[in-house]
Amino acid sequence: MAWDGLKKFVFRRKRDLPEGLWMRCDDCGALIYKKVVEERNNTCPECNYHFPMTAPERIQLLLDPGSFHELWEDLTPVDPLGFVGVNVYRDRLAETQIQTGLRDAAIVGVGTIQSKPLVFGVTDSRFIMGSMGSVVGEKIARGAELAAQEKLPYVVISGSGGGARMYEGCLSLMQMAKTSAAIARLHDAGGVFVSVLTHPTMAGVMASFAALGHIVIAEPKALIGFTGPRVIEQTIKQELPKGFQRAEFMLDHGFVDLIVARQELRETLARILGYIPGRVASGIHPALSPA
Amino acid sequence: MTVEYTHDFEKPIAELEQEIAKLERLAVKSQLNLSAELEKLRDRALQVKREIYGNLTPWQRVQIARDPRRPLLTDYLAGAVEDFLELHGDRTYGDDKAVVTGFGRIGDERVMLVGHKRGKNTAERVKCNFGSPHPEGYRKALLKMQLAEQCRIPVVTIINTAGAYPGIGAEERGQAQAIAKNLFEMSRLRTQILCIVIGEGGSGGALGIGLGDRLAILENAYFSVISPEGCAAILWKDGTKAPQAAQVLKLAPKDLQGLGVVDDIIPEPVGGAHQDPPGAVARVKEYIQKTLRELRALPIGELLKKRYERHRRIGAFLEGEEAKVYFQASMVKAAARAQAKAQKEAGGAAPNAPAPNAASPTESALLVAGAGGVLSAAPPSASAPAPSPSAAAAPPAPAPVAPARSPAPAAAGEGRGEGWSEPPSASATPAPIAATTPDPTAPPAAP
Ligand SMILES: [Zn+2]
Repeated sequence: MAWDGLKKFVFRRKRDLPEGLWMRCDDCGALIYKKVVEERNNTCPECNYHFPMTAPERIQLLLDPGSFHELWEDLTPVDPLGFVGVNVYRDRLAETQIQTGLRDAAIVGVGTIQSKPLVFGVTDSRFIMGSMGSVVGEKIARGAELAAQEKLPYVVISGSGGGARMYEGCLSLMQMAKTSAAIARLHDAGGVFVSVLTHPTMAGVMASFAALGHIVIAEPKALIGFTGPRVIEQTIKQELPKGFQRAEFMLDHGFVDLIVARQELRETLARILGYIPGRVASGIHPALSPA
Repeated sequence: MTVEYTHDFEKPIAELEQEIAKLERLAVKSQLNLSAELEKLRDRALQVKREIYGNLTPWQRVQIARDPRRPLLTDYLAGAVEDFLELHGDRTYGDDKAVVTGFGRIGDERVMLVGHKRGKNTAERVKCNFGSPHPEGYRKALLKMQLAEQCRIPVVTIINTAGAYPGIGAEERGQAQAIAKNLFEMSRLRTQILCIVIGEGGSGGALGIGLGDRLAILENAYFSVISPEGCAAILWKDGTKAPQAAQVLKLAPKDLQGLGVVDDIIPEPVGGAHQDPPGAVARVKEYIQKTLRELRALPIGELLKKRYERHRRIGAFLEGEEAKVYFQASMVKAAARAQAKAQKEAGGAAPNAPAPNAASPTESALLVAGAGGVLSAAPPSASAPAPSPSAAAAPPAPAPVAPARSPAPAAAGEGRGEGWSEPPSASATPAPIAATTPDPTAPPAAP
C-alpha cells in the first residue's frame, strides 16, 4: 500500500489518540500542538483544516456574549418507528443526550452578532452526526417562520454527514420537504437566509435547507454534496479527483458564494447582516434591539 | 395471459397454476368434463393469491416494487394518457433521459406529466440510466412544472427511482442543490401537484419530484429514506440483511400512511401490478381523475396553505410536560443500563437492578400517547386535516416566547459557552458518562 493510503488509515482516527498536548490533523496528518489548535478555533496550523465544533462552541464564537436566547429547547426526539437495529434508537438517543447535554442535534434561537439581531440555528455533529430527524426539521422550520414573522435575518450553521436520520425513516426524509417549504415561505415574506456549510454537509441536509441559502458560505475544505464519496467510488468504480466535493470545488462549480475561515466568520456574518434589513417586530427578547 | 412467478413467496401460486394447466390439458386430451374440478382449483388459486399478497412482508413488497415486469412510466403514458407531447431539456445543460416530462390528457384533464423513466430492456435502461436522474433531470422537471403553473394545468408526477444518480458529473452540477430547489419551488407552485409512487421511492431522488398536494403510493410500492441494502450495510455491516432492514424502516404503504407521510394507497390487482399491468394502469388513471377533481375544487390560496401544512405537520416529537416525562424516563433507563453494565463488568449479577428496558407505568402511558400522536398527525386522505392536539402536530406559527425554564443541575451546563444568556435546563441527572459505550451502529463518518 502506498504511504498516502496508509497515512489516511493511520491518522484519520483522531479520537483514538491519547489525551495529551499533541494531536494529529485529520486532514494533513501533521502532529500539531493542541493548544495552538484551540487558539485558532479548532483549525490546523499546518493546513487550516477545520475540526468539528460543537453547537455551544459555535454560539460562543459567533454571537455577542450573553445575547443568545435558545427557543424550543425542550423539543424532544422520540422513537416513532420503534427502531431496533443493533441497539434501540431510543437508547442511543438517551446516551447521546447524556454525552452531549443536548436533546437533539440542532439548537435554534435568537441573538445578536455585533449588535445586529438575527434568528440563529446550528447543528452539532456529536449528535448522531448532526443528522436531521423530526426535531431538527421542526426547529429549522420554526426558526424560518420566526424570522419571517419578526423580519429578522436567518443564519443556520449546518454540518451533517448523514443527512436525513435513518432511525426515523420517512419522517426524516420528509423533513427535507418541511424545511425547504419553510425557507420558501421566509423567501416569500421578503426574508434573507444565510446558510453556512461546515464539514461535512451532505445528503438530505444539503439537498434541502442547507442548499437554499440566499447566501451560501462554506468553511475551508468542508465536504459538501449529495452522495458520499465512498458510495460514488463504489458505484463508478474509479478514484475521485483530488478535492472532489470540497468547499473549494463547490465554489469553483458555482454552488457557494464564499469560503470563510472560521476565525473570520463572525466578522463576515456581521458584514453580511449589515446589508440585510432586520428589525424585531414583537420584542421577542430584551437582548435584541435593531442595530 | 401467462404469468411467470419468480419470487420465492409466489411458489404456492405457481404450483397451483401448474396443476390447473395440467388439468386443462387433460380435459382437452381425454374429452372429460373436468370443469367442476377446475373451478375448485381456480378458486383455491385465487384464495391463495389473495392470502399471500394480502400478507406480504416489507421486503417482499420491495421485491415486487422492483419487479421488471411491473408497469413503468411508459405503460402509464400509453394506457392512461392521451395525446402525450414530450418536452425535453433543462435549458442549461442537457436532456436527462431518466426524467420524462410533457403535456398530456387524462380523461378530460389536461396535465403536465413528470416521471422517472427506467426502461423496458437493457438498451433502454442504459439510455435512461436505470431511472436515476442527474441534476438536469430535476431542473427539467422544475421547468416543466413552472410551465404547468403558467398554463394553469395540474402537475402529475410518477415516481419510480432507486435514487438520484451518485456520480462525478451529478455532484459537479449540484445534485443536492437541484433537489433542494425543486422542494423549495414545488412547495409554492401555484397549481395542483399530485405525486404517485408506482414502484421504488428511493429517498431524496424520489422526493425531488414528490412534494405536492397529495402523495399516493401503489399497494406494492415503497418509499424510504435509505435503501434496505444501504440501511443493512450501516446497521449490520451486511447488505444481505436487507429483509430485516426493510422491516425496521417502515417503508411499506400502510406504515407510511400511519406516519402521515402518504395520503392514499392505490390498490393493485390481486397478485400485484405485474400480473395485470392494464388493470393497474386503469386504477391509477381512475385515482388521478378523482383526486384532481378534489384538488381543483380548492381555491389556489387554500391549496397552497394546505400543501404547506401537510408537510409542516410531518414528524414525531414531544414538547412541554410530555417531553419532560419522556426524557426523564429515558435518563432513568440509561442510568439503569449503565448500572447493570458496571455490575456485570464487576463480575456480580445485579439481583435488584431494574430491567434496563422496562418502561415505567407513566412512561408506557406516554409512549402510547406519543404513538397516538403520530397516528393522529396523519389525517385520513381526502378529509380535512384535523388539528391534532398532540405534540406531533406542530403549531403552524411558533410562539414567540421561550418556555419557562426550571433551574438546571450544575452538570447539565457542561459544554455550553459564554454566549448563552441563561443556563440550559436539563431536568434529569445524567448517568455517568464513562458508563456509556460508543455505539457500534454509528453510520460511517464521511471521509
Ligand atoms: Zn492539517
